[in-house]
Amino acid sequence: MTQSPLLLSVDNLATHFFSQEGILEAVDGVSFDIHAGEALGIAGESGCGKSVTAQSILRIVPKNGKIVMGEISLFQNGESVDLVQLDDRGQEIRQIRGGEIAMVFQEPMAAFSMVYTIGNQITEVIRLHQDCSQNEARDRAIEMLRRVGMPKPEQTIDAYPFALSGGMRQRAMIAMALSCHPALLIADEPTTAVDVTIQAQVLELMKDLQRDMGMALIVITHDLAVISELCDRVMIMYLGKDVESAPADVIFRDPKHPYTIGLLRSVPELGEGHSQELDPISGSVPSPYRRPSGCPFHPRCPEFIPDVCDVHLPPQIELAGGHRVRCHLYVQD
Amino acid sequence: MAQADAVPNGTNTTTHSPPGRLPQQLEGGKGLPGADNVLEVTDLRKYFPILRGFFRRHVGEVKAVDEVSFHVARGETLALVGESGCGKTTTGRCVMRAIEPSGGSVLFRKRDGEEIDITSLTRPELRSVQQHMGMIFQDPFSSLNPRLTVLEIIGEPFVTRKLITSRRELEERVAQLLRSVRLDPTYMRRYPHAFSGGQRQRIAIARALALDPDFVVADEPVSALDVSVQAQILSLLKELQSELHLTYLFITHNLSVVEYLSDRVSVMYVGQIVELGRTDSIFRQPRHPYTEALLSAVPVVETGKAGRRRERIILEGDVADPSNVPAGCTFHPRCPYVQDICRVEEPQLVDLAGSNGSLPHFVRCHFAEELDLQGVRNSPQ
Repeated sequence: MTQSPLLLSVDNLATHFFSQEGILEAVDGVSFDIHAGEALGIAGESGCGKSVTAQSILRIVPKNGKIVMGEISLFQNGESVDLVQLDDRGQEIRQIRGGEIAMVFQEPMAAFSMVYTIGNQITEVIRLHQDCSQNEARDRAIEMLRRVGMPKPEQTIDAYPFALSGGMRQRAMIAMALSCHPALLIADEPTTAVDVTIQAQVLELMKDLQRDMGMALIVITHDLAVISELCDRVMIMYLGKDVESAPADVIFRDPKHPYTIGLLRSVPELGEGHSQELDPISGSVPSPYRRPSGCPFHPRCPEFIPDVCDVHLPPQIELAGGHRVRCHLYVQD
Repeated sequence: MAQADAVPNGTNTTTHSPPGRLPQQLEGGKGLPGADNVLEVTDLRKYFPILRGFFRRHVGEVKAVDEVSFHVARGETLALVGESGCGKTTTGRCVMRAIEPSGGSVLFRKRDGEEIDITSLTRPELRSVQQHMGMIFQDPFSSLNPRLTVLEIIGEPFVTRKLITSRRELEERVAQLLRSVRLDPTYMRRYPHAFSGGQRQRIAIARALALDPDFVVADEPVSALDVSVQAQILSLLKELQSELHLTYLFITHNLSVVEYLSDRVSVMYVGQIVELGRTDSIFRQPRHPYTEALLSAVPVVETGKAGRRRERIILEGDVADPSNVPAGCTFHPRCPYVQDICRVEEPQLVDLAGSNGSLPHFVRCHFAEELDLQGVRNSPQ
């Protein structure tokens, strides 16, 4: 994976929301790289900033939010563009959205308009980004629907979104996202709203598509098992900070940050039986308006060191094997 | 009420129950019919009519729950598991008569042995029986009235049933309940918005336990919560069960939670029970192809332990439409082992244990005996 060229580099990104209650530091100093064809998983609980990270990349942060710091460099054809510098309603970013970088959402009902057929909406995307006729676009849309395993694509292309089942809608949305062959697909909780057997179908489909089309993938979810199925690399976020990131096989075998360890221990695991001991993390995620001082995890941390963790924000420590962790328990060697 | 004797004061931490505190009921007689069943459900049906047109013509029925029979023994946890639309929630609500079942009987046995047929009760009689039943819902953000304080929410059952009239006594009782779910009683005058999701679910649990019920229906109680908080609520439910000798009917779609919490499990598909038996034996060796597929569909974290990887079975298509149920076995359009007979003849729920004398294990499949299905591998025992 290191041989493939760098596709997207996020450096020290900070996105804040300004409201009457104060400043919400949704994303605060997050850095990561994605190479072409690589799959990155971003995991964390609600309010950790994982979705806002994705919104920042596509420059679709809600109105009261603003990228206050950092760079997001997209590399294409040997050139790099800093997405942060682009006008979020300008021509350039609109070419990138849906073209270079596409996104699928948790709720397919929210991504499709109710009053147009899915075919209408997919061909619109294709014609927006590619120079082709209505008929060509329709053929490509049918081809794409077939590719995502939609039964009878010639007929379903004229169906309205509400006429499709949850799993089929999810497939239609993936087809729409992939219709312009993006270099990067961002999937925000792609399987949270669907049943477990449909989840298995969607995960399998995404794995196949990623391999066949050679695109990079960012999967955003709270479900570590989904990430384990799909991703090469994992980044764990907590209250806007990237607390740990490592290759998937490393982080699940040998997690370093107390939060990652806690997350892995607090999920009952299938196959471990009735008597398995859960070890929940104490407390709950604090309100983002009252972010704890020092390390944001310190009030819930079992390894809390007084006068260190609650005072200083831990720096990012580079361990062996591309393993990065933000915790005072570790020192740079 | 068997109240928690050691209660940490107010912090949001959970304690682990010390070993050996499981009630006697859990040890023996578990899962055997007759002995001491809190609930016996026989042929429960709930059909929703499909009405069309201006005159609301009756054009068909959605068989949300179709001839479901099971029992819940005192002190055990029975899980109802299945995908959306399988009828698990409707079953849970029919058992409480929160909605009226279309047919069948629900027999509830009180702690003193008195048997009551819930389906034949009048409204006032039902109300007095519902005292012995609690219910916990999925979303603690919508299940608590935002205009009432925690004191009012948890105290409401006492007030409406005129069980406690003195203000002081009510506050004491609510404080005790809050302590039992590991919440600080000084918070009782706050409104729900001041609490996090996990704390709200604790409040909902305290409300469900207010009248000291024997039997609690928990409908997806952790699905709306953050991952790290789910574990706290699951451990709390387990501890409360052993402290208060509760019997749970646990409705969920999450198989890992089923394995962690339940003694027996009933797998539902399109309104029917397709497999019912001990959780450990079903998870180790399922007998219905749907159970096998469900188990294999659950994604697992690759921790590098040997033998974790299982072969995944991807089911084709979607869950059948309960208003237009396929002929024969309802699962046949998705079943990887389908034979001709499955398309025509509907299989019956048969107890496989009859042959080898082990604990009851019901399966609704023509080929339950022949198929060798894979379960979850490293299950202990």
